[in-house]
Amino acid sequence: MDILVFIQNNIWAIANMTMEHISVVGVAVGLAILTGVPLGIAITQNRVAADIVLYVASIVVTIPSIALFGLLIPVLSIINQGIGWLPAVIAILLYSQLPIIRNTYTAITNVDPALREAARGMGMTPFQRLLKVEIPIAIPVIMAGVRTAVVMNIGVAAIAAYIGAGGLGLLISRGISQTDPRQLIVGAVAVSLLAIVADWVLLKAQKFLTPAGLTR
Amino acid sequence: MIQLEDLTKTFSTPNGPVVAADKVNMTVPTGEICVLLGPSGCGKTTALKMINRLIMPTSGRIYINGEDTTQLNKFELRRRIGYVIQQIGLFPNMTIEENICVVPKMLGWDAKKAKERAAELTDLVGLDPHQFLHRFPKELSGGQQQRIGVIRALAADPPVMLMDEPFGAIDPINREIIQNEFLKMQEVLKKTIIFVSHDIDEAVKMADKIAIFRGGKIEQYDSPSQVLAHPANPFVADFVGSDRTLKRLRLLTAVDVRDIDAPVASMQASVEEVLVSAKSHANRIVVLIDADRHPVAYVTADELSGATGVVSDFAHDLPTTVPVGADLRAVVSEMLSHDTMWITCVDERGHFAGVVTQPAVTAALGQKSSSVRDQATDARLANV
Repeated sequence: MDILVFIQNNIWAIANMTMEHISVVGVAVGLAILTGVPLGIAITQNRVAADIVLYVASIVVTIPSIALFGLLIPVLSIINQGIGWLPAVIAILLYSQLPIIRNTYTAITNVDPALREAARGMGMTPFQRLLKVEIPIAIPVIMAGVRTAVVMNIGVAAIAAYIGAGGLGLLISRGISQTDPRQLIVGAVAVSLLAIVADWVLLKAQKFLTPAGLTR
Repeated sequence: MIQLEDLTKTFSTPNGPVVAADKVNMTVPTGEICVLLGPSGCGKTTALKMINRLIMPTSGRIYINGEDTTQLNKFELRRRIGYVIQQIGLFPNMTIEENICVVPKMLGWDAKKAKERAAELTDLVGLDPHQFLHRFPKELSGGQQQRIGVIRALAADPPVMLMDEPFGAIDPINREIIQNEFLKMQEVLKKTIIFVSHDIDEAVKMADKIAIFRGGKIEQYDSPSQVLAHPANPFVADFVGSDRTLKRLRLLTAVDVRDIDAPVASMQASVEEVLVSAKSHANRIVVLIDADRHPVAYVTADELSGATGVVSDFAHDLPTTVPVGADLRAVVSEMLSHDTMWITCVDERGHFAGVVTQPAVTAALGQKSSSVRDQATDARLANV
């Protein structure tokens, strides 16, 4: 009952924090798509480059988020952005690279070689091949990577509250420091709900973007 | 016309250079189908793919209708050559119409013209454009997909087509049907086609000329009939098989060997009269026909000799008849299954159209270069 009252009294604050959360993850994953998808496509041309890039991206994911925030503080302090929104976005951008690059790379390399051969034989340039055949066919797998990145990083963004990035993580951190179970529970449930809803919305987007011929 | 001049491809491998095609020279006249035949790894596919530069030749020249293709941009070149592969390779993200329109679009056709062309071609292979154009490849059967694969290659009306085992992945029954459809289309379209196969039966059926490859070299380049009748060397003889003479049966039809002047008589004719014509003929039989010239029965000279009356008293039912257009394989098969030395041919209206005898078939197979098809090929070669 306490919790419901708390939500009722703080509904606008919670909504505001949710928007902050979405903005951090949205901007970061959006940028990650813009960098990761081209990179994932580029490395299909060279096996060694692919191995190196995927290795580095895997290592980045093994760094605990709190440590990564810590590492970013001195670097970004140079431009007076050591804490706050920017380091949170950069950290999530880095974490998102692995699922997006790896899924893009896998999807493109798994395109049926017969399609590539047909496309070449018909006189498509490599760019036309990519645009008309390979990317459309790779879309479902690339989108699956984006979903993984979003769900994973909604959790990471909650921790970013500790470096002043705001978001629903604030409720959790305050709940801990003030030993207030109401804030703690509301924060945790809100983060989970956001992840579930985001995954569902992206699933719809994935289905919408997948060419009809691949699903029918 | 396609001309290959000293076409050579050397691949470098960790074990040293491998010659996949070794100074291949050949000319495929306009409107003909040339089948590149050979065991796997013989260089036939390499030779094919050098023509549209999917594989870059190490040396040599390729001319299409007299033009040296080395000078052309490879993308431009490929858009001017139809290409069909065994795995079909229809793009699953595009509708049938979009698939067919890929090359016309790249060539800058306007959308309306390209769509009309797609509908026309779909109709040509017996698929209803309204029903099929807006479907996706996944919704079609294998045979339908391969038909689309072929017409996609024909979309921009290229003078030349390259086909890499195009019917290899289709079940035998459908393969036969599609091959026949394709030959019928080719009669009208008269494309210059290079076709890779490892199946001698397919080659004999489809080819105007067969090039038999081994180790990157052409062992023999000749008409199917010549390859079967006169293999250039033991390798070719072995490759075409010890039943090569039987395979030639497919190249001839009943028309080529029938005796159109075989004697006939009506059911009411007198025995004496018919006996004379029966004896005059090597086969010593006379086919009896009705008023509409439909063959109905036969009589033999042996049974008629010394008898009197009308021939219908001595008539036997005809065991079977074959259409004059049937290939000799079917004709001989009928003869064997009915245990007979001769068979009556009928035209498409069922009228008597001559008699085929086993000695005539044997003689035709034994002859050197006597078939109608060979003469036609020889005449075309003389004109080149």
